[in-house]
Amino acid sequence: MSGIIGKKIGMTSVYNEQGKNIPCTIVEAGPCVVTQIRTLEKDGYEALQLAFDDKREKTTSKALVGHFKKAKTTPKRKVVEFGVFAPVAKKVEVAPAAEGEAPVEAAPVQDAPSAYKLGDKVEVNVFQEGDFVDVAGTSKGKGFQGVVKRHGFGGVGQATHGQHNRMRAPGSIGAASYPARVFKGMKMAGQMGNERVKVQNLEVIKVLEDKNMILLKGAIPGSNGSYVTIEK
Amino acid sequence: MNPVIKEIQSQISPVTANVDFNAGDTVTVSYEIKEGEKTRVQQFQGVVLQRRGSGSSETFTVRKISSGIGVERIFPLASPFINKIEVNKRGVVRRARIFYQRALTGKAARIKEKVVSKK
Repeated sequence: MSGIIGKKIGMTSVYNEQGKNIPCTIVEAGPCVVTQIRTLEKDGYEALQLAFDDKREKTTSKALVGHFKKAKTTPKRKVVEFGVFAPVAKKVEVAPAAEGEAPVEAAPVQDAPSAYKLGDKVEVNVFQEGDFVDVAGTSKGKGFQGVVKRHGFGGVGQATHGQHNRMRAPGSIGAASYPARVFKGMKMAGQMGNERVKVQNLEVIKVLEDKNMILLKGAIPGSNGSYVTIEK
Repeated sequence: MNPVIKEIQSQISPVTANVDFNAGDTVTVSYEIKEGEKTRVQQFQGVVLQRRGSGSSETFTVRKISSGIGVERIFPLASPFINKIEVNKRGVVRRARIFYQRALTGKAARIKEKVVSKK
């Protein structure tokens, strides 16, 4: 498994080799920086903490500035922990060879996350075209909504035959003296949206490495410009 | 449109067809049809009713009268199945969407041809 933090740019559609028009979402994904490594010995679980999208040091708290300084990077807006990374996710950076010396061989990639160091970069090339990924983000907030919009109730469906101001009412919410209460989880009006939503198995249509962009088939949660996590 | 989206569109699905036509023009669209294994080219000639959308998601509507019945077809401008768009006639119309054509038949449905001055 590997993952990256991204920013939703917007939707468009592209044609594939068969000439089919495919709806897709453009996500600016990475480059992310490894800012902390959780290990079994120290934290009891293995994970990588990635950070994405620069922000000014002036608007960052001193504690966070120090945290990012440890990874030798600039302050970032979004910080997310990811579970164990697959070894393939590692981008091996070969140090430029000094004069007269043989180029420094990249160390063989070990099991993640121990293969990562603080300050390592995770780029969009952890994904390939044809991969299936899960995308999680915060959905667009719709405010306090009634049951017709929130749960797809049908409403009353009639304006006449004695109906008055109850066109979109939920109807009965339970029986009378037995059970004498409303069951938990009853579908009622309330806050809709602005919650964490995960969409699974979206196909990767295209990876544009030079632009750090990734095209995913279909829609993803959130408004344009909102942060999402992409996991394989 | 977001400039980033525009750039990616033009990179992945560029519009290669002739885009120099407008509502009121008579065009012939040559497009490929797949029949099992074979592909052949079919032509659709008619008046352009509208163009809508932008970038690679732009489409245009062509209307023709086929054996007395009006037929409309919507083509995506960036579709790889479009071989050629040929402009046969430039029409003089006052609006970008000439849906009023649907209600007109015979003489009333004629569109004046634009006189193109050669420079």
